[in-house]
Amino acid sequence: MTQFLNQIINSLNVGSIYALIALGYTMVYGIVRLINFAHGEILMIGAFVGYFLATTFSMSLIPLLLLSMIACALIGMAIDRIAYKPLRTAPRISALITALGMSMFLSNLFKYIFGASDKIMPPVKLIGNIDLPNITILTMTITVICMIALEYTVKKTKAGQAMRAVSEDRDAAQLMGINVDRTISLTFAIGSALGAVGGVLYALNYGNLEPYMGVMPGLKAFVAAVLGGIGIIPGAMVGGFLIGAIETFVKGYISSSWANVFVFGVLIIVLLVKPTGLFGKNVKEKV
Amino acid sequence: MKSLFKKYGVNVIAVVISYFILFFVMKMNLINSYFEGVMIFAMINIIVAIGLNIATGFLGELALGHAGFMAVGAYSAALFVRAVELPDTIALISGIVIGGLIAGVFGLIIGIPALRLRGDYLAIVTLGFGEMIRYTIINLRTITGGASGLRGIPKITTLMDVFLVLILVTAFSFLFIRSRHGRAIIAIRENEIAAESIGVPTTFYKVYAFFVSSFIAGVGGACFGMYQQYLTPDKFKFMFSVELFIIVVFGGMGSITGTIVAGVFLAMLAEFLYSYEELRLLIYAVLLILLMIFKSDGILGRSEFSLVKTPARIRALIIKLKKRFGKGVA
Amino acid sequence: MSLLQTKNIGITFGGLRAVSNFDLMIEKGELVGLIGPNGAGKTTIFNMLTGVYQPTEGEIYIDGHLVNGKKPYQIVKLGLGRTFQNIRLFSDLSVLENIKIAFHKDMNYTTFEGIFRLPRYWKEEEEIHTKALELLKLFHMESDAHNLAKNLPYGKQRKLEICRALATDPKLLLLDEPAAGMNPQETKELMETIHFIRDKFNITILLIEHDMNLVMGICERLVVIDYGMIIAKGSPDEIKNNPKVIEAYLGS
Repeated sequence: MTQFLNQIINSLNVGSIYALIALGYTMVYGIVRLINFAHGEILMIGAFVGYFLATTFSMSLIPLLLLSMIACALIGMAIDRIAYKPLRTAPRISALITALGMSMFLSNLFKYIFGASDKIMPPVKLIGNIDLPNITILTMTITVICMIALEYTVKKTKAGQAMRAVSEDRDAAQLMGINVDRTISLTFAIGSALGAVGGVLYALNYGNLEPYMGVMPGLKAFVAAVLGGIGIIPGAMVGGFLIGAIETFVKGYISSSWANVFVFGVLIIVLLVKPTGLFGKNVKEKV
Repeated sequence: MKSLFKKYGVNVIAVVISYFILFFVMKMNLINSYFEGVMIFAMINIIVAIGLNIATGFLGELALGHAGFMAVGAYSAALFVRAVELPDTIALISGIVIGGLIAGVFGLIIGIPALRLRGDYLAIVTLGFGEMIRYTIINLRTITGGASGLRGIPKITTLMDVFLVLILVTAFSFLFIRSRHGRAIIAIRENEIAAESIGVPTTFYKVYAFFVSSFIAGVGGACFGMYQQYLTPDKFKFMFSVELFIIVVFGGMGSITGTIVAGVFLAMLAEFLYSYEELRLLIYAVLLILLMIFKSDGILGRSEFSLVKTPARIRALIIKLKKRFGKGVA
Repeated sequence: MSLLQTKNIGITFGGLRAVSNFDLMIEKGELVGLIGPNGAGKTTIFNMLTGVYQPTEGEIYIDGHLVNGKKPYQIVKLGLGRTFQNIRLFSDLSVLENIKIAFHKDMNYTTFEGIFRLPRYWKEEEEIHTKALELLKLFHMESDAHNLAKNLPYGKQRKLEICRALATDPKLLLLDEPAAGMNPQETKELMETIHFIRDKFNITILLIEHDMNLVMGICERLVVIDYGMIIAKGSPDEIKNNPKVIEAYLGS
């Protein structure tokens, strides 16, 4: 029984991180119809920024987290401006390839700068001299706060409304006076900030960092986004926790090397049975 | 009849000549074994990349899991050749055929469901399948040696063998694309709905193209295993699928000779940057992004290098340059 | 036996009933027009006839064969050809290639014969090359044979699409707004072209069109739909004065 409870707790931990990353994927896909392959690298960058601040400045978690979020938000916006914006009207395949290239660029850039060896996250305080609470409580609390903040932003602010409008119909939104470019930048910023949170939490949970650390969680978070329904925010949240659960339980009860097979298996099943995901609607292509 | 000879004859003669030059060079031991290895790996990568080009360049679908098909081909061929005692040439041919066929079957299994999906989803599914293949190889430790690898594969492949396979794969691809089947596949890339509306069974051809693509990848994998003599799942990571993909994109999606040119170029670049592994991938990434922004159809675009057309093309180029720079002189 | 017969076909998307109770019979050699205000469901009907959508109610018969559930390429084999409202050419291929692909279903050589360039490959490729050029000549486009489809002027692109559809040797040709974006001169040429192909190829034509000059000028019979349902059928003169039709187009 305790085994089972442990697995549930682990699922929540892992699931939170996946959910946060999945949100970034889903928001960007919703607004520019692009799978931002580089998003996994945002997780990595967020973690590395956190690591850097913790080791060099012995910063505590809350300021560290905020700075990491800001850094990643800026980087996310930069990625969009440099690589994705020039290709907004290009064929989808070109944009996808560019995203791949961006992902490669970031992971190898950090490998070049920081070296390939694992870094260990030092212990951090919560704020001032207060110790960190239990890691699961911390992870869950931060995740819930982020999700509430996101829901509020998307549903209740003008910027959020703009984001939803541009996702539905970019041209119409533009005609309504919405600055599409700025809205897209904002989406990247928010998505990347969430990614940064995911990265820092990942570093706290698992302890070690390396330049390619974002690849696998990024892919799995993407599966989560697809599972929930790509472009749908609650879907990403639910999907993240589901994937976290699947991975944890397979690792716990079968073996850890089969976990990834199951996760990708879920992806394939979803795409074959209901590609729009759990929360998705069916849209037919106009002929 | 004369133009037929021109097209086919010229190319056949060129290929035969290059084969003999290479044969001569090898016989005289003019190439050291290190460089030989570099050439062989470059050629194997080109073979797999040509396979990938069929799915990505000619069918127009983003396939990000071809390292998986190469792995299937490699392991199948290796296991067969290790298990069955056969004289070298027969073992080589069987290994290649078996590797290709089993990879092709995997292509069917993956393609039939995956090709129902649109672009980005298809890309992710192929990526997922590629990873699943790799993890399954790791998990089936008793058969494949798992993460520590498969050893004791007899060394059957030589440079000339790989070169011959490359020639055959290139010829096959050219002839296939310039047939009604290739035309159907390209039509699907251009406009799937239109293709179906004029009688092309699109689902069949998408799967067929994917089969051919994975078959060729498997052939490349088989050559790899039977040269390298040991296999680890590590080699077939997602990163390697991306490297193959880069070869195709650089050379031009839809140009087979482009793939060859890009494959050679990137192999040379890799050698040049041998001690700077991180830099190599970084440069690839930057080149890829720049390429997509500025010249998304790659070095050769969709055209092929053609010996027959080269004199005319050079003449046209000279005229163009004269026009451009001749003005300044006057 | 009619060339085309639909029995009460309809289709529902999600909660929306896009087309319902659509009954149509077309005999060999007719030139029929399908008209109605924007969004009435005309292209949806075309999509059902060609197998792109499956009707949720009713049956479609081509030459007596039930075609519900068949895929588009199978329906092409039964003799249905079509063009699209938004031109769907193979843009990066040459004009000639665009036509050649349309002969695909009538070719038989296998991959093996293709790879080894056996006699059947040469024979069939030669045949379609000749046929394609002949078809282009009929449309006065043989000089464009090696131009890329995307580089053609708009009017020629439309012609090419019709030409390509004809290459599939259809018994019934569905033209979806062939005059869209054309000036009066081009429209007049199009009318001549349509008459020409109907006579030369012994073909039946069903067309969707908004341009009333063209519709009244060449259609022998009209079917008017609004909100996915037929509101009138008859000759152009009858339809012109039908109060329901006038109301549908102009609103009340």
